[in-house]
Amino acid sequence: MSLPIKVRPILLVFIFGTAGALTSLGFAYQASLIAASRLINPSELVRILQSAKSEKPLMIQVGSHVLYTQAHIPGSEYIGPASSESGLQSLRKRVQSLPRNKFIVLYCGCCPWTHCPNVKPADDALDAMGFTNVKILYIANNFGADWVEKGYPVGKGD
Amino acid sequence: MKKRILHGLALIAIAGLYFTTRHHGAPAGTRGKGIAEQSLAPDFSLPDLTGQKLDLSSYRGKVVLLDFWATWCDPCRHEIPHFVELQNKYADQGLQIIGVSMDDEAEPVRDFYQRFRMNYPVVMGNAKTGELYGGVFGLPIAFLIGRDGRITAKHIGATDISSLDREINTQLRGQ
Repeated sequence: MSLPIKVRPILLVFIFGTAGALTSLGFAYQASLIAASRLINPSELVRILQSAKSEKPLMIQVGSHVLYTQAHIPGSEYIGPASSESGLQSLRKRVQSLPRNKFIVLYCGCCPWTHCPNVKPADDALDAMGFTNVKILYIANNFGADWVEKGYPVGKGD
Repeated sequence: MKKRILHGLALIAIAGLYFTTRHHGAPAGTRGKGIAEQSLAPDFSLPDLTGQKLDLSSYRGKVVLLDFWATWCDPCRHEIPHFVELQNKYADQGLQIIGVSMDDEAEPVRDFYQRFRMNYPVVMGNAKTGELYGGVFGLPIAFLIGRDGRITAKHIGATDISSLDREINTQLRGQ
């Protein structure tokens, strides 16, 4: 059955537009799906770290080693990119012996939040292991813009 | 009835096109701090994917787009095909794009290079390279360097390609 001529352009635009929407959703499917209740803002984490009374979290960077060595949150550990199976295995191994109510903060900051491939797999891994007190550091743009340039404490090297 | 269906399809298409142009994330082409514009681009000597050393200073006289990226960086994956187009478009006018991969290993970079048919040199960067350029704490970050070796622009995050095209064109014309 051939389509009326005036329908064809609209159909083409529909197909292209739908493909674009689905593609965009694909790119956004990772970190954007983490519930807001599981997030912690940089300013809030800094307040906790600088408070004498607050429980200090175990902080784990789950992204790029090259970026970690340039700048990271002092006291945080590098575990490997959680977008890789080897990185996830390292993460599981690191936390295996910890009490399941341990306060843990995961972060990355490699790229804009909606495109981070690391934080969601890391969060899912700890959730599957039964950890109940995990927060993901919400880094909207990247670690430089949302932590370093804000003047928050920075560590360098391994 | 047919009209309503067509209108509905058109609305879905418009929504889809909107999300397509938005999916690169924010911020796009943001000017950043760190290394100052108009300062000389720090020289480096880094191995390319064949192991040959590439010296940035050897490209003095060309307009250089220095792109810090990584294979796992989603916005980078979307920019690079456009950079390939720009290299094709302006190569004979003196544009040289150089990719600085911030991957931990070269093997995925070689594979990416082939799959994306990259047509410009890629070197393996490291923390020291990032520090030379004021700190590369997130990706992508691109520096436009004039023929005199001075940084004319820094783009943090996914770049608006049409405005980058205009910037490159301006530099190539010496304006």
